[in-house]
Amino acid sequence: MAQTTNERYRVTPVRSKKRSWPFPLNIYQTAVGRKWVMALTGIGLIGFVLIHMIGNLHVYEGPARMHEYAESLRTLASGIVPKGFILWLLRFGLLVMFGLHLHSAITLKNFSGHSSNTATLVGGAKKYEGGRDHIAAGYASRTMRWTGPIIALFLFYHLADLTWGWWLGDDFVPGDPYHNVSESLSSLPVAILYIVANVALAMHIFHGAWSMFQSLGVNNPKYNHLRRGLATALAGVILVGNLSFPIFAQTGLINEDNRECPASEINVVECLAEQAEGH
Amino acid sequence: MSTGNAEIINVTIKVWRQNGPSDDGHFETYDQAITTDASFLEMLDLLNDSLNEQGLEPIAFESDCREGICGTCGVMINGRAHGPQKATATCQLHMREFQDGDEIVVEPFRAAGFPVIRDLAVDRSPLDRIIEAGGYISVNTGAASDANLTPVPKDAADQAFDAAACIGCGACVAACPNSAAQLFTSAKIGHLALLPQGQAERWSRTEEMVEVMEEFFGSCTNHGECHEACPKEISLDFIAFMNRDYVKAKIKNRALSGQA
Ligand code: SF4
Ligand code: FES
Repeated sequence: MAQTTNERYRVTPVRSKKRSWPFPLNIYQTAVGRKWVMALTGIGLIGFVLIHMIGNLHVYEGPARMHEYAESLRTLASGIVPKGFILWLLRFGLLVMFGLHLHSAITLKNFSGHSSNTATLVGGAKKYEGGRDHIAAGYASRTMRWTGPIIALFLFYHLADLTWGWWLGDDFVPGDPYHNVSESLSSLPVAILYIVANVALAMHIFHGAWSMFQSLGVNNPKYNHLRRGLATALAGVILVGNLSFPIFAQTGLINEDNRECPASEINVVECLAEQAEGH
Repeated sequence: MSTGNAEIINVTIKVWRQNGPSDDGHFETYDQAITTDASFLEMLDLLNDSLNEQGLEPIAFESDCREGICGTCGVMINGRAHGPQKATATCQLHMREFQDGDEIVVEPFRAAGFPVIRDLAVDRSPLDRIIEAGGYISVNTGAASDANLTPVPKDAADQAFDAAACIGCGACVAACPNSAAQLFTSAKIGHLALLPQGQAERWSRTEEMVEVMEEFFGSCTNHGECHEACPKEISLDFIAFMNRDYVKAKIKNRALSGQA
């Protein structure tokens, strides 16, 4: 027999159920589904960051090779599609992933905030008078909502710096990434900014790359013990690779001396292309 | 049970007092002498006795079984759900965990889904709403079927039992920085989804329980605080299991299993 419950004593829901969107968009409507989107876009973004770092190691082969690498991104699959098509496709995909990652993060943060709003909130997190001993939550997991915005701001700075050349002005040479990198990172404040941002990125990946397994339900005693290790390795490799650029630019390994094609010349790009060909 | 070396300690209890759901509430401080053999709730009982004698309102807190199985007694003790001892509900915590002269801060569980009724007592009925949404199996009544009619392998039964050990205390929600109820809900879903009897309603159950959960509670960010707070040490693996089953439930062809 059904029990009758006096409606008056029911706790009112924090949020009411909305009309569901058509499949598969309804998955994104729920927090569990949205975490899937966050995890999947996270995988894509980690993949990008990793390839971006590995690709940039070409800087250690000198200006000509760096130019050649940059050019090769534009001419990806250029036998089939117009030049730059794949690059723009990738950029578009990244933009979509980044947008979804950000949107899910912000909305889920608010979601949790509303679910805790009878508690004292400090910086969006619940605070108990007796002090909150975080036992399991590590520094990285608790700071996701700080490292995230730091990365987003840095990303904007980084694009303005080395893609659009806003700060370098006349010193920015399109088609000569080696020059632009060395020019930008040889300034100490800029190098420090890159270092701080990349430490934030590594911390974000350290928690994110583990957390995504849980969000996606990829959990199996056969490999559970490897998940933390994989996250640590990913974060570590990306950290070391990315930190090497500002550090070596500061210590002089990445420098503008002895260039066969001085960046100040008008035809520097052709010169680099010829030099790369000669290899 | 005496440990043989019980002593009397003096503790200062800083406790949340709230005169009904709409009152603002504040902390009050009381001193209490207590034997280390007493349980935490016995200490509160004695404190209430002396408040009564002084004509003051006793501290409202919930308890029932006092043996760690009913799940009513949870409070925050020094910022930790169910206090400092791992895998122990508040009612099973003893004063020997504390030192003479300690100040002990006692607060209700905090979450928007757990409104305070009075002092330390909160309304945890949203957890019941989650159960109502599907935390059961439907069995047509009639003569009781033979207990061993449906064979369940021992290992599967053990796993399901680990999940079923959840006493619905809500400590996971209280400890969670996001006030998410993932550990509770996933334990209830896991318990049924791991048994043959739970298969018939597996996908609709998962979908509906998760969606009711989200009406009241926050979004899990995999901190793992819930597992640390849980008196029954429910594993985070159940959360992963639920996350996967939920999206599966959304994508699967459930029409064929009659669960659309
Ligand atoms: S999962 Fe653990 S902490 Fe949460 S309600 Fe169940 S027993 Fe309590
Ligand atoms: S009083 Fe029943 S679990 Fe504590």
